[in-house]
Amino acid sequence: MVDRLPDAAITPDADLGLDPAWSRVVTSTDSDGVVRSWHVLDNAVVNPRVTLVCVHGNPTWSFFWRQLLECGPSDVRVVAIDQLDMGYSERTGTSRRLAQRIDDLDSVIGRLAIEGSILLAAHDWGGPIAVGWALRNRRRVAGLVLLNTSLRLPAGVSVPRPIRLARSRFLVRLLTSATPAFVFGTTRFGGSKVGLRERRAYSRPYRTAARRRAIEFFVRDIPIEADHPSRDDLDKLVEDATTWSDVPVLIMWGSSDPVFGDQFLADLQRVLPQAAVHRYPGAGHLLPEDEDIATPIWDWLHQSGAEPSSATPSRPGQRLWDEIERRSDSDEVAIVEMKGAHSSTSISWRELARQVDEVAAGLRAIGVEQGDRVAALVPPGIDLTVCLFACWRMGAVTVIADAGLGVRGLGHAFASAQPHLVVGIPRGLLAAKTLGWGGKRILVGEATRLQHTLLGTTTTLADLQQLGAEGTPPDPPSPNSDAAILFTSGATGPAKGAVYKHRQLEAQVAALREVYAIAEGDSLVAAFAPFALYGPAMGMASAVPDMDVTQPGTLTASALCGAAGAIDATLVFASPAALVNVDKTETGVPPSLRTSLLGVRLLMSAGAPVPAELLRRVARLVPNAELHTPYGMTEVLPVADISLQGIKQAGGGNGVCVGEPVPGVEIAISPLDETGAATLDLTSAPGVSGEICIRAAHARERYDKLWATTSAASKPAGWHRSGDIGHLDDAGRLWVEGRMVHIIRTAAGVVTPVAIEHAVETVAGVTHAAAVGVGPPGTQQVVVVVATDERQRTGKLATLELSDAVRSVVSVDVAAVLTVPALPVDKRHNSKINRTRVAQWAERVLSGGKVGSP
Amino acid sequence: MRVLITGGTSMLGREVAAALSGRGDEVVMFQRSPGSEQYEQRLGDLADPAAVTAAMSGVDAVVHVGARVGIVGSWEAFAETNISGTANVVAAARAEGVSRMVYISSPSVAHAGKSLVGEGAGPADPDAARGHYSRSKATAELATLAASTDQFPVVAIRPHLIWGPGDTQLIGRIVDRARAGRLATIGSGMALIDTTYVTNAADAIVAALDRAPELEGRAFVVSNGQPRPVRELVERIVRAAGLEPPRLKVPFGVARAGGRVVETIWDRSEREDDPPMTSFLAEQLATAHWFDQRETRAALGWEPAVGLDEGFSRLRAWYESRSS
Repeated sequence: MVDRLPDAAITPDADLGLDPAWSRVVTSTDSDGVVRSWHVLDNAVVNPRVTLVCVHGNPTWSFFWRQLLECGPSDVRVVAIDQLDMGYSERTGTSRRLAQRIDDLDSVIGRLAIEGSILLAAHDWGGPIAVGWALRNRRRVAGLVLLNTSLRLPAGVSVPRPIRLARSRFLVRLLTSATPAFVFGTTRFGGSKVGLRERRAYSRPYRTAARRRAIEFFVRDIPIEADHPSRDDLDKLVEDATTWSDVPVLIMWGSSDPVFGDQFLADLQRVLPQAAVHRYPGAGHLLPEDEDIATPIWDWLHQSGAEPSSATPSRPGQRLWDEIERRSDSDEVAIVEMKGAHSSTSISWRELARQVDEVAAGLRAIGVEQGDRVAALVPPGIDLTVCLFACWRMGAVTVIADAGLGVRGLGHAFASAQPHLVVGIPRGLLAAKTLGWGGKRILVGEATRLQHTLLGTTTTLADLQQLGAEGTPPDPPSPNSDAAILFTSGATGPAKGAVYKHRQLEAQVAALREVYAIAEGDSLVAAFAPFALYGPAMGMASAVPDMDVTQPGTLTASALCGAAGAIDATLVFASPAALVNVDKTETGVPPSLRTSLLGVRLLMSAGAPVPAELLRRVARLVPNAELHTPYGMTEVLPVADISLQGIKQAGGGNGVCVGEPVPGVEIAISPLDETGAATLDLTSAPGVSGEICIRAAHARERYDKLWATTSAASKPAGWHRSGDIGHLDDAGRLWVEGRMVHIIRTAAGVVTPVAIEHAVETVAGVTHAAAVGVGPPGTQQVVVVVATDERQRTGKLATLELSDAVRSVVSVDVAAVLTVPALPVDKRHNSKINRTRVAQWAERVLSGGKVGSP
Repeated sequence: MRVLITGGTSMLGREVAAALSGRGDEVVMFQRSPGSEQYEQRLGDLADPAAVTAAMSGVDAVVHVGARVGIVGSWEAFAETNISGTANVVAAARAEGVSRMVYISSPSVAHAGKSLVGEGAGPADPDAARGHYSRSKATAELATLAASTDQFPVVAIRPHLIWGPGDTQLIGRIVDRARAGRLATIGSGMALIDTTYVTNAADAIVAALDRAPELEGRAFVVSNGQPRPVRELVERIVRAAGLEPPRLKVPFGVARAGGRVVETIWDRSEREDDPPMTSFLAEQLATAHWFDQRETRAALGWEPAVGLDEGFSRLRAWYESRSS
């Protein structure tokens, strides 16, 4: 009934795109001592530094790993094994369980003549088998690479629907072996984009019911039930893996896998906390079909599994909550929240310190551990401050997702961060509940029982506080543990979470204090969301003006004056978009209210390029203030700083002058090669343009679950690649010329947009300009797109007069000048031009496509 | 060097002659009817092998500019001049021991009507080429480059949309129509089109002749490398001629459909004048056509000396000198 050796002699057809030289049959004994034949793909590299052994899952075969065989480094041997009864290996006619499969793997690896250490790569069911083998052969194992797999069903997670369906007693045979439904379903509905050719290749070795029997056994061997025969083996395996903390692990994860969702990733990370993780938003179960897995794996292997990080040691810092604790006897105001023109809520330092301690203890009391993630959907103000400082105080990691990301962006951030706990106002929690953003929910504010039911909450922040009132404050976390994950909108793709350790946030607070000479007696109006948090850490009384923080443009001059008056502000921090509206609404402010701004000694604006003209106008409101704009990014802030005075002195140039690096920050330029790629050959020579690289104690640690991204952004080691392009001048000042993704790669060399845009904005009638490239990189043409003071409904070709005027002020050849009703801007900052969108539009219309507008 | 230029009465032929004689080469013209007496002239038709062979005697190199151009005429007429005529030139040149040849081709030999954005020079493809002109030029280019050897190196130069003062093809037609009030913008007029100022094309041809031994068997697209929206180009040409830019706008779909109708009428009536619109022309005017010039410039060691601005001011000067 069972065809044995002849079947094993079948090898993959030539049309599958696998090198026929890779295929060979290895004979060895199986777990029962019977001689069996395995089909393996082996690139047979001689004298390898390491051998990568790949173990596929169910129902795939070694075809899954072809990327690694195709483009491996010259010193790595790659062997992908078809498991018995799978792929092109022998059909044994037996039903094999986990323990047997580990024995089988051991047997075949023994016959592969592998010298030196072994790196294991595993996917799906291959995960437990490979990890099981690795645990028995710890000394030979150089590391583990795990793709969408699981070692157990995570606590609190129900069996994924596709598995429940396939496992149901009546359907299991029908779906898995009698018909190819499971084979087809894996490539069609696994969340991966698999081409027709590849879909056929995956199903090729499973054409008959007899050849598919093991697929059914694999599904049956998933130990869902407590008394399942493989249950004990798997439990033991998890237990052993948990204690094997020195094995390097790389987890690569397709986040749109309908079986192994993000909760499985979070659980795998709990078992293997040392793992470097790269999560691919949008990729599915068959990750190699969606993404390049080879480059990150070789990169990781090259760095021997080390997590790239900022190498700069920080000075022993003050803890984030120290200033609050120091003032715990003070009845002076710590935070004021303005509500409308005449009303406000405030909290004293004494009360703030007490609440932080109590909520910290309360969090611990409900089971939150150090390292657990807590997301806050709370607008800046007293509650958010209490919540965040309580988390920091007890060692929970705060997930800070800016509401300006929009619902989609927040969804991505939550899916990636997998918070254990979500603290939010009713509106935030309602969104979290309806959109399925994970974690237990804590409500900020009072609620009726009905509201609790609707929001899926049982506990409020006040409850937590009460719960913690009895307890003692928990032990603080080490400065080297994670403190916060900051999600801000990226120029392209879903938001990335920048992870900061406590020591890095502490260094950031110290840097800000030093740069702006913040001392006792200073007080802050924080109209810029992230900065609302820093007041208490610096011991400054803070006021949050009456505005919608997700819409910076809602800050009025009166609201600003009101907030300043409430705390006798000496410092103001507001985004450029907020200042634009302050300037617009200035005339409505009564003289009596204006006096509250006379004490302001420093006004800071950041988040987007700040036009000097805007600062000059705002200066009328704050006559005694110095006006500064810090330069920085989500990953490191501040990097540099310049005053209005400094902007005047710098004059014009190629780009925007952002000033000198602030103390503790090193800036270097990574010059570009002829293709526009950064060479990583750092220089501080003046006049050399390239990618701006930054090193500072207050730079981010890494990106959350984006190992490959972190690795690419941390070159050379210890530096942060900003993605901005610029140069240093003779006076050591930094000039920003634009974003790396926006540079224009012409046949004559690399062109940066900012200087062109500034020049074009001097042309009469032009209000905003964007310079973009169209065509293939290396031979791109420069196109200038402008918004003018004339109204129009769609994009148009500029008149010859305007084209001539534009070309006369720039030195590069401009292929086309187009006018649009308005240039698209970044929603969050309301002032950064979305050049990527402009470029896509220009590319379309200039090749004859439909016009519309960008 | 003694260089024979076929099609010497064309604007490009004249400029190549000027460039060669300007640096001291001897120029011989081959053309159907007598033209300028500045150079030695040998008269005859490309389709006449004997005449072509006679013209080739005592010549070191040949630049084959002569061709039947345009969009009207039978396939036989295009094939006779462009395929057989070119074969005659190659055969005669080899028979007479000519040492090298530059064949003037067209970017349209490698590209169908789709949008070209920063494209390189692909191989000629007569099956994909559209229209009698492109197809006959593609066939001839393949045959000519196939005949290239170390002893008789051949390079193909494909200039894109040559123009300059005195041009009767591109510039002349646009200006005539503008004068008659029949010039319209097709579609948005925003498609980027690269063009070649005539002296730049001539310089590139001379460079190709000089480097023929090392570039033997290759084809290069030549252009100014300064694509512009098609409407901007038309407006600048029309203004240089002292006229007002077109107001008329025709949507692309209408132009293409109209073009098809016109083609049918012209085909049936066997008219010899240019049709006002064809579907191919509509597509050409509504889609981008510009090229990656890096390889061409590096291989030829050539850069266009006359930019668009300079080209347009020369064009304006030429029109002004004619009207005064």
